[in-house]
Amino acid sequence: MVNTDVSLCGIALDNPVIPASGTFGFGYEFAELYDINCLGTFSFKGTTREPRFGNPTPRIAECTAGMINAVGLQNPGVDKVVSEELPKLAKVFKKPVMANVSGFSVEDYAHTCAVLDKQEQVGWLEVNVSCPNVHGGGMSFGTNPDAAAQVTRAVKAVTRKPVIVKLSPNVTDIVSIAKACEEAGADGISLINTLLGMRINIRNGKPVIANTMGGFSGPAIFPVALRMVYQVSGAVSIPVVGMGGVSTAEDVIEMMMAGATAVEVGAANLTDPYACKRIVDELPSVMEKYGINKLADIIGRAHG
Amino acid sequence: MKQTILKITENTPLTPSVFRMRLEGDTDDLRPGQFVNIKLEGLFLRRPISVCDYDDGRLTVIYKVVGHGTELMSRMGIGETLDVLTGLGNGYDLDVGCQRPLLVGGGVGVPPLYYLARELIARGRRVSVVLGFNTASEVFYEDEFKKLGASVTVTTADGSYGVRGFVTDALDENADYFYACGPEPMLKALHRATEIPGEMSFEERMGCGFGACMGCSCKTLTGNKRICREGPVLKKEELLW
Repeated sequence: MVNTDVSLCGIALDNPVIPASGTFGFGYEFAELYDINCLGTFSFKGTTREPRFGNPTPRIAECTAGMINAVGLQNPGVDKVVSEELPKLAKVFKKPVMANVSGFSVEDYAHTCAVLDKQEQVGWLEVNVSCPNVHGGGMSFGTNPDAAAQVTRAVKAVTRKPVIVKLSPNVTDIVSIAKACEEAGADGISLINTLLGMRINIRNGKPVIANTMGGFSGPAIFPVALRMVYQVSGAVSIPVVGMGGVSTAEDVIEMMMAGATAVEVGAANLTDPYACKRIVDELPSVMEKYGINKLADIIGRAHG
Repeated sequence: MKQTILKITENTPLTPSVFRMRLEGDTDDLRPGQFVNIKLEGLFLRRPISVCDYDDGRLTVIYKVVGHGTELMSRMGIGETLDVLTGLGNGYDLDVGCQRPLLVGGGVGVPPLYYLARELIARGRRVSVVLGFNTASEVFYEDEFKKLGASVTVTTADGSYGVRGFVTDALDENADYFYACGPEPMLKALHRATEIPGEMSFEERMGCGFGACMGCSCKTLTGNKRICREGPVLKKEELLW
């Protein structure tokens, strides 16, 4: 029997597979299909202080081996997440969940995290300073080390739960931002959010996405994500959650060898609703194939 | 929703660009107005296609070749298989207390009305159907609707077949409820042209098709809705038009 256990910021996971925020809602669409307790955990839909409708449609464009989304953080707002979504989730998911938080000011992040800190179901706070689809917030905090550190400090001040800062790949030096978050007290780093991308409809010469640009995800970005996970995990001593184009058990192993302690799966959930269950199911046999007895042993193996 | 592998038993052109594909296999029951989401080799996103007819594990879709996905579909042969998510969306409401429903379809908005007409007629309703097309060569399914026992009017924008004009030029004035599917300008024109209550099926670019990604959201008077989940059918009184 192989061992898929990992520990993420002091919380044990049965396996490192985590559906990524924005691709798994609040879990119950998937709970209709399979028992989502087979997952390590999942990161719920990015939550903000106030309810948000998000961007105009079209919000989706297809790409080679991937897709662009410009949803723009549609969510019911933290108060409704606490009063409606979490009680519904509690019926189908018994493990600690990862709460994904976004904001438009440092105070927003702190407020939303303070509210979620009081929720027993929440295991980790994943602080998204990297949403490419909103103006005046999101990614603007994640493209500057000082701003990212400021958000990290503000959030750390209001919670005792582990804080994982989710970083944007749309920067020149992701390592400096990761280090700034670590110095500011982050308990973990997750990366990468989507890459800023664009498609044009050649019939009319106009952008496909109403918001012009959006976040590119899917298997096409896997090598970029892997490279950044490798760079960041080599430079920080806190755990790294790797994501970006992961769609197979082999991808999970590769991501962990690059330095990821756990691995998020995003766009794959949208094209194959059973993607995460399949990865969890296949992980033991793929480990056996590569002679891996204990998954935690391969974290960072590529660093030598 | 169910993920299933279906076998193609027919894939024939009805017009130069519109194809009918029949699929067979293990599916959940499908209601009129629901859709399926089809995975195609080499394309990342599935293709959402409305269901034209369904009976005991056999389903029919009618699609227009408009891009890579539908182009690939049109080249598939009998016996080939497709990975399909079935039973998506809310579908039309068959329980409204109407007696004389009017079904209004434009172009590739026509197909989902076929299964709807069949079910409404089975429930004893007097169904009239208006099918709108641009031109005679694009007309399909007039006879199929007639064979169900519906009263059918075809309109063409250029007058080359049936009534010249748009669907709104041929509405049955005795109808007490409408069901519609078609391009948004047609739905808007219909909304303006009729006083009776009704419901319409909408299209939007989708990521997942089952409510996970929030890619296809719209605002309504009854709150935000996902076209793929709380839609594609919305009631007239919910619309912000």
